[in-house]
Amino acid sequence: MTTDRAQPGGAPAVLSVRSLCKRYGDKVAVDDISFEVHPNEIVGLLGPNGAGKTTTINMLLGVLEPTSGEIRIEGVDLAQARSRALARTNFAAVYAPLPGNLTVYQNLKVFGLIYSVPRLAERIEELLERFDLRRFRDVRCGVLSSGEQTRVALAKAMLNRPHLLLLDEPTASLDPATAREIRATIREFAASGSGAVLWTSHNMHEVEEVCGRVLFLARGRILLQGDPRTLPAEHGLASLEDLFVTVAREPLSLEG
Amino acid sequence: MSLKRIAGVVLRQFYLLRSSPTRILPLFAWVVFDIVLWGFISRYLQSVMPPGFNFATTLLGAVLMWDFFGRVMQGVTVAFLEDVWSRNFLNFFATPLTIGEYVGGLVIVGIGTSLVGLLAMLTVAALGFGFTVLGYGLMLIPFLLILFLCGIALGIFASAVVLRLGPASEWFVWPIPAVLSPFVGVFYPLSTLPEWMQLLAYLLPPSYVFEGMRAVLGVGEFAGSTLLIGAGLALLYTVLAGVFFARVYRHAVRTGLIARYSAESLS
Repeated sequence: MTTDRAQPGGAPAVLSVRSLCKRYGDKVAVDDISFEVHPNEIVGLLGPNGAGKTTTINMLLGVLEPTSGEIRIEGVDLAQARSRALARTNFAAVYAPLPGNLTVYQNLKVFGLIYSVPRLAERIEELLERFDLRRFRDVRCGVLSSGEQTRVALAKAMLNRPHLLLLDEPTASLDPATAREIRATIREFAASGSGAVLWTSHNMHEVEEVCGRVLFLARGRILLQGDPRTLPAEHGLASLEDLFVTVAREPLSLEG
Repeated sequence: MSLKRIAGVVLRQFYLLRSSPTRILPLFAWVVFDIVLWGFISRYLQSVMPPGFNFATTLLGAVLMWDFFGRVMQGVTVAFLEDVWSRNFLNFFATPLTIGEYVGGLVIVGIGTSLVGLLAMLTVAALGFGFTVLGYGLMLIPFLLILFLCGIALGIFASAVVLRLGPASEWFVWPIPAVLSPFVGVFYPLSTLPEWMQLLAYLLPPSYVFEGMRAVLGVGEFAGSTLLIGAGLALLYTVLAGVFFARVYRHAVRTGLIARYSAESLS
């Protein structure tokens, strides 16, 4: 297993994961993974279905208790100070749409209060504009298209100006044009301020375009990590997609 | 404890209620129908029985108090079920919101919605059947408070059961008041019950309220110390329900149930 504890420039990690494990009885879902995500980084968490990506994300979100290990968000221990750690975090996931029986504005207002966002009304208007949601302001989220719902989820994810943004397949249901806009927005988010992004995706072209670093998970372990643009060649493969397929089908060939 | 976060939980329910007549109607419709039904039964009994006993105050008062208790419980539980129905757990529990704040928000919603029902019942009972709560005097306040607390405790307990057993266990929640009603003596003294039922009845705070109501209307007084036992039990059950909910939540976080709630069981 490879880990990355060094940070170019020496800035403290936004996310620090140490020896994280999750077991369900005899089944090991996440097996002793360690990694860090630093300010302005977009890190891709890749791997085949069942590799442990969503389990990892759920542990980072505090909705799944690790069997062992430590998660720190800007130095705050998630297990010890859950509320304080999660106040700096936000997420969007394709499997967690916002309540469909509230309007876009109502959802943003409710979650804005829960995240204690200062000058909330102003922030909501700003996000409605940025995600092109103004015309859906008073529309219930349940009647929006999946692409529009994704934009609302991303607006919610940006509400508290998170320092750590967790995105689980955020562009899975978007058309190519909208997906491109969303990628640009996420890149802009990471570049400005001190935010960092952990991103899962099955779209390798997208990962190459967006992520500065990727972590390949297989059977709950980090098998590889590095720059998505150079990693395939380092393993004698032509593309990131080929590397993904190798990780999925023959993970043992890449270990050691 | 953040008031803003509690306000977020409450505001979500307010938005749902405001925009949905199908949610507003049940706040008062069924309890008002109950009052109308029992109002006519009381009127009929009053006409065929010898004078000297006020059926309106006795029967209607009991029905009103019992329905109020049920509304408090359902107010808390329905607020929780809204998050079950809209699969909102992941969104809510992956935020800084604490369990205390979340449950606190549900309780505030339960209090608000049950007050709507209480007001509607009092209005119909007073205007339609000449019922007045003044017959209970100042004892009305502890009676209502005990039922309030007990309804909140039961609402939190029922929510924890649904959280633990999954969305399909919702049907456990609805009949709880009906299951309890024979034990607490809504319409008859506890001495009517067989001994084993009486033993259970004395563990249930509403029993003290209904015994008290009958005593106040019958002999005009009721030992405050007896009512204190009811209040103490209600307080104890509220604390225990909160602890139970927190334990169930911790179990759900440990097993992954919160993240995959629709799967119903992951342990």
